[in-house]
Amino acid sequence: MSKENAIEVVSLTKKFGDFTAVDNISFSVSKGEIFGFLGANGAGKTTAMKMLCGLSRPTSGDAVVAGYDINTNPEEVKRNIGYMSQKFSLYEDLTVYENIELFAGIYGMKRKDISRKAITLLQKLGFYSERKTFVKELPLGWKQKLAFSVAIFHEPKVVFLDEPTGGVDPVARRQFWFQIYEAAERGITVFVTTHYMDEAEYCNRVSVMVDGRIEALDTPSALKKRFGTDSMDSVFYQLARGAKRSD
Amino acid sequence: MALGFLLAKEFKQFIRTPIFVGLTLVFPAAIMLVIPWIVRMDIKNISVVVVDNDRSAASSDFIGAVGSSGYFIMDGLVPDYDEALQQVELSLTDAVIVIPDGFEKGLLFNGGAPVQVSINAVNETRGTLGASYLGAICAAFSEDFYALRGIAAGGEDVHAAGMRPSVEVSVQNRYNPMMDYKWFMIPGLFVIIIVMLCGFLPALNIVGEKEKGTIEQINITPVSKPVFILSKMIPYWIMGVGVLAVSMVLAYVIYGLAPLGSLLVIAAFSVIFIFSVSAFGLVVSNYSNNTQQAMFVMFFFILVFLLMSGLLTPIESMPGWIQAITYVNPLRYYIEVMRGVYLKGASFMDLLPQFWALMAFAVALGSWAVVSYKKQS
Repeated sequence: MSKENAIEVVSLTKKFGDFTAVDNISFSVSKGEIFGFLGANGAGKTTAMKMLCGLSRPTSGDAVVAGYDINTNPEEVKRNIGYMSQKFSLYEDLTVYENIELFAGIYGMKRKDISRKAITLLQKLGFYSERKTFVKELPLGWKQKLAFSVAIFHEPKVVFLDEPTGGVDPVARRQFWFQIYEAAERGITVFVTTHYMDEAEYCNRVSVMVDGRIEALDTPSALKKRFGTDSMDSVFYQLARGAKRSD
Repeated sequence: MALGFLLAKEFKQFIRTPIFVGLTLVFPAAIMLVIPWIVRMDIKNISVVVVDNDRSAASSDFIGAVGSSGYFIMDGLVPDYDEALQQVELSLTDAVIVIPDGFEKGLLFNGGAPVQVSINAVNETRGTLGASYLGAICAAFSEDFYALRGIAAGGEDVHAAGMRPSVEVSVQNRYNPMMDYKWFMIPGLFVIIIVMLCGFLPALNIVGEKEKGTIEQINITPVSKPVFILSKMIPYWIMGVGVLAVSMVLAYVIYGLAPLGSLLVIAAFSVIFIFSVSAFGLVVSNYSNNTQQAMFVMFFFILVFLLMSGLLTPIESMPGWIQAITYVNPLRYYIEVMRGVYLKGASFMDLLPQFWALMAFAVALGSWAVVSYKKQS
């Protein structure tokens, strides 16, 4: 496997009984890349992502994430990645600062370093005045910014974002993507799922999943050219309308 | 390292959940104030009616003796047996005493007289115990009766002497000299308090994180399973010891009950027991998908554990196969320990079998809690 790749996936499969959620997918993501992982609801994106994060054990196949095998070394994978779930999952009854501190502490950062870094981060986000606010009191857009900040606070090699901008307004979405670009510039590989095709355009490369398989994988412009259209919307539609399953 | 951060989080979350804080404060106080008065196996306040066909000095003395015994409430005199029985059927009274015509005469000249007792035995314990109390009162009454007459009436004491039992049983009530049921119950009540708080709260904890989705954010981190489980257990450990201390103080202040044995022995066993109970709660939490499931499963086990622990009914009176099951009930051992130390002043060496049993539970349940926590599905 290439040293240049942050993620290498070979024939990854996940079955739940008779149902094949992820069907023999293979691809790779290079270091520092922003990789868009598209697909209709129920296509198997979240399942695939959970396998790459070490949250779910593959039925067969293999993957190396951030230099570690997800089958043999899931805990080392976890040490080197960040993850932001589709459902907001920070602690609502802890404050902004307490959430940052908790997760940084779990990753082994020292209290002093956490405090210095958290203050810088919160000031940059314009969040410093809210550091003692309970997370449950924040609006959704802010929660998601915070969740992303927590996911990359310990400087992971790869960050996985599962529909990070679901349900927020266009302004907040734009701001969120600025954060993503910034992380990528720092050398963090970004693996992101989304339903917004304008966001797909922001990615270096995108894959489109249909019924558990990857049907297309290329840069947004190459995909548009191949499908003879000028919008990712149309690319997605042409690929996804053949889907047999949806929810 | 990570443990410190996780513990801080658990404590903050606990303190910020007012219902938990309130429960922890109110629950032990409520149990200690109320339950010792109601969970008791001696029967009091059995109501009784009397059919007095003799209407003599002796019969009214006898009625007085029954009424002043403390176990019976006199519901008054009824003219005949049929009417008295009707009152029993209507649940207006529990027992009927029929004093036959010639009661006094029999006592004076025949060396004895029968008294008929009919008692409602629907509640078997109440019936049997009531009847035996009445028997005891009759014996005491005739003893007094003859003792008095023996001096006053000279000649009759020949019969009286024949009536007295030739063998006297002198009972010494060791370990609980006042025969106070509360004293027997209170060490057991500590167990209920610990099980309710340190069993149920952990059972709600991990499954609560599953429902909120926060567990996923933890599972994605490299936190080790034993560390995570310890962070869930230690807060309940501290809480359990604190609550036990408060309950023991209450038992002393309200009921004057202090352990005869060493506090250190109580502390040592309690730490092991609380560990086992909260580990069990976490095991249930790990296997449950939602709070209702966890509650239901916990309720089932705790109820069975409590009923089979010897807390309310002696294990020795259970059928053999059930007695065998009680050996896998950690509550059984802890209740033995608490009663032993409190009432008999048992030392650590006396309780060595219980120690090994509880240690085995702690190790088994603690490991199970770690193993059943799945970071990967």
